[in-house]
Amino acid sequence: MFMKTDNVVNLENDKIISPLKTLIEPEKSQKVVLVGNPNVGKSCFFNFMSGMYVDVSNFPGTTVSITKSHFQGNDVFDTPGIYGVGSFNDEEKVARNIILSADVILNVINALNLDRDLFLTLQLIDMGKKVSVLLNFSDELKKRKIKIDTKKLSDLLGVEVYETTAVDKLGFDKLGEAVNAARIGKQELDLHFLLNQVITKSVSQSDSLLILEGDEAIAQKHNVACGTPDERERIYIGRRNRVNEIVDIVEYEDSKKGELFNHLGRLSLNPITGIPILLVMLVLMYFFIGDLVSQRIVNFTENKIGKDFLEYNVKSFTGHYTPVNVDVTLHDEKNSYISKKTFSFPSGISDNPTLQKEFSELSKQKGARTDFYFQNLFVKLLFGEFGVITMTVTYLLFLLLPLVIAFYFVMALLEDSGYLPRLATMLDRSFNKIGLNGKAVIPIMLGFGCITMANITTRMLGTEREKSIVTAILQFVIPCSAQLAVIAALLSGAGFAPMMLYISVITTVLVVLSTVLNKMLPGESSPLLLDLPMIRFPRISNVFKKTFFRSFGFMKEASVWFFIGALAVGILEISGMLKVWQDVLAPFTTTWLKLPKEAANAFVMGMVRRDFGAAGLFHMNLSIMQKTVSIITITLFVPCIASFVVMLKERGWKEGMMIWFGTWIAAFLVGGIVAQIVI
Amino acid sequence: MPNSTLDKAKRGNPITVVKLPSGNIKSQLIRLGISEGDRLKCVQRLPGGTIVVQKNRQEIAVGFDLAKKIHVIIQ
Ligand SMILES: Nc1nc2c(ncn2[C@@H]2O[C@H](COP(=O)(O)OP(=O)(O)O)[C@@H](O)[C@H]2O)c(=O)[nH]1
Ligand SMILES: [Mg+2]
Repeated sequence: MFMKTDNVVNLENDKIISPLKTLIEPEKSQKVVLVGNPNVGKSCFFNFMSGMYVDVSNFPGTTVSITKSHFQGNDVFDTPGIYGVGSFNDEEKVARNIILSADVILNVINALNLDRDLFLTLQLIDMGKKVSVLLNFSDELKKRKIKIDTKKLSDLLGVEVYETTAVDKLGFDKLGEAVNAARIGKQELDLHFLLNQVITKSVSQSDSLLILEGDEAIAQKHNVACGTPDERERIYIGRRNRVNEIVDIVEYEDSKKGELFNHLGRLSLNPITGIPILLVMLVLMYFFIGDLVSQRIVNFTENKIGKDFLEYNVKSFTGHYTPVNVDVTLHDEKNSYISKKTFSFPSGISDNPTLQKEFSELSKQKGARTDFYFQNLFVKLLFGEFGVITMTVTYLLFLLLPLVIAFYFVMALLEDSGYLPRLATMLDRSFNKIGLNGKAVIPIMLGFGCITMANITTRMLGTEREKSIVTAILQFVIPCSAQLAVIAALLSGAGFAPMMLYISVITTVLVVLSTVLNKMLPGESSPLLLDLPMIRFPRISNVFKKTFFRSFGFMKEASVWFFIGALAVGILEISGMLKVWQDVLAPFTTTWLKLPKEAANAFVMGMVRRDFGAAGLFHMNLSIMQKTVSIITITLFVPCIASFVVMLKERGWKEGMMIWFGTWIAAFLVGGIVAQIVI
Repeated sequence: MPNSTLDKAKRGNPITVVKLPSGNIKSQLIRLGISEGDRLKCVQRLPGGTIVVQKNRQEIAVGFDLAKKIHVIIQ
């Protein structure tokens, strides 16, 4: 194709550059911003440059906010992926603002999708920004025998182009150079003249371009008329044509390599094969999380390490110095009761050596269970049955942690394979029925990891209406990994029926809730338009890294709340407030939900953290159906504090509070109805 | 089939884009690499009408309601 190479100007020596720009001293710390389409590897670069960790996933929409760090004396920023600079959605607005204020832009592009990615590159150049291009995914180029003439590409764009493979850290040694060599690229002549009519002393070139392209917010800022949609279209089509010309010139040779995974990708799209694939994955997940981890591993860590070793030793150590009664219950191999003996140590265990000897022999027998009842209130608060120190540590480290790691691991595998966008496509039509498009599956799936995180991901959805629906779904029905962990443990060994009951009740609520919201909320939802990343084998190192950082982050955040929650409940208990609360809720709990009165504790705790609430059910002697009712209630009950706060921030007070109170009603209504039927 | 819409495409059909719906969605399509005159391939048509097209090496999923509004020639 004919390329109008002479129809471009090099802006370096042009009046268009504001005098301010040339005055910037090289010494000064610069604002370096990583910009690119979704899923091109920006976060990989950011992790390397900053030495920090941000999530890397194989689907669009992982990075929804800006992260700042430092690189060689400059500030460096990771941004959400965008297909162009503008304000079509929240991610774009966030990215646009940071791009406008950037000194240097490192534009990451996916070498396999040049024709898609160069659109943004040209737009950045048209904005008159200093740019360097990082041509990423060069490993895939080699694999597929595609050649890209980077020298020519660099000439055509007028900026430096560096080949990189971010996952293997190839080309990273050139990053410093890329920052320093960033410069203003070549611009098409027509657009150049058009721009010159808008640019003034106070309106920069980048602002001018966005105004021409119809960005109202920027036009308002400068109080000038903003471009019409037609004008934007003309510029866009011109740019698209230039991209196509450039790609024709710089890229050659293509082979059919990589078709195997493409094929797999298509199989997972088509419901005939896609649904079986989904089912197989769910079954595998069940065996991994539901069977291996939540039964075998947790059984060992919680009971053997947590209760029998840690708690026993801490409690008996404490019991040496403070009044305590101890029950030792013996069980045989089949876990049936043999006998029980109560020891009383009014002035501590060590005060009565004979009894101590008998006690320690008995309690060390196989199948012995030891319960300590401390007399001192303060000791009870810290080391008792719900002790801040004893119970919390066991729950956190030996019950939750293994499960949470398992969940994050599975999520990371899914995220890295590129499966989620295909799931979104496959489910698109079903989601249309509840006023969403398939994309909504991504925040919802992430919600199974952490609702708080998923709340933020709703930003990737097209309209406020879709965001409201998904936010509500997340708070009402989706259990997070921590909560799922406890649920899995509670239901383990209960058989198939309770699990199916739980799943079907929750699914029903999901359908009813979203149908009602879809009818109630005004407006229309946006149609699906989603680019599908390559499907490929998850990178084990990335999966492990992500699992580690997320689990670590979880523990860091959760532990504090667990200790605070346990302390609060402990104090409520000691001061008698818990009894009052239990009595107030008693009619509800006992007659409507048909649970013991103490289940009300779970609701206090559930307000702090959902998993903590569910964990409160552990100690109660519940029948299988009672367990099922209580986990249904707890699942539908209010979101945890962290997620509540984030929701208020994302969706505003009114909507946030409505959802929060709504969950109270739904939880007790649905829980009660189920209880009335099955118990 | 001249004068058709994208939702009518079948798996394997080569497609030429004739007209995109106007408004923001058009700009979004152009950015993604789909503009008028482009040649695509329909790689999948899901029951219900969600269409997956391929342009060069990139696959893009297009919802049924949007596909209905994209005018194409199906070869
Ligand atoms: N094969 C290959 N994969 C890459 C490369 N760079 C990034 N990836 C993968 O591309 C996906 C997106 O990376 P991420 O950094 O999250 O992209 P972002 O959305 O732009 O921040 C991840 O699955 C990475 O492992 C590369 O050079 N080659
Ligand atoms: Mg990212």
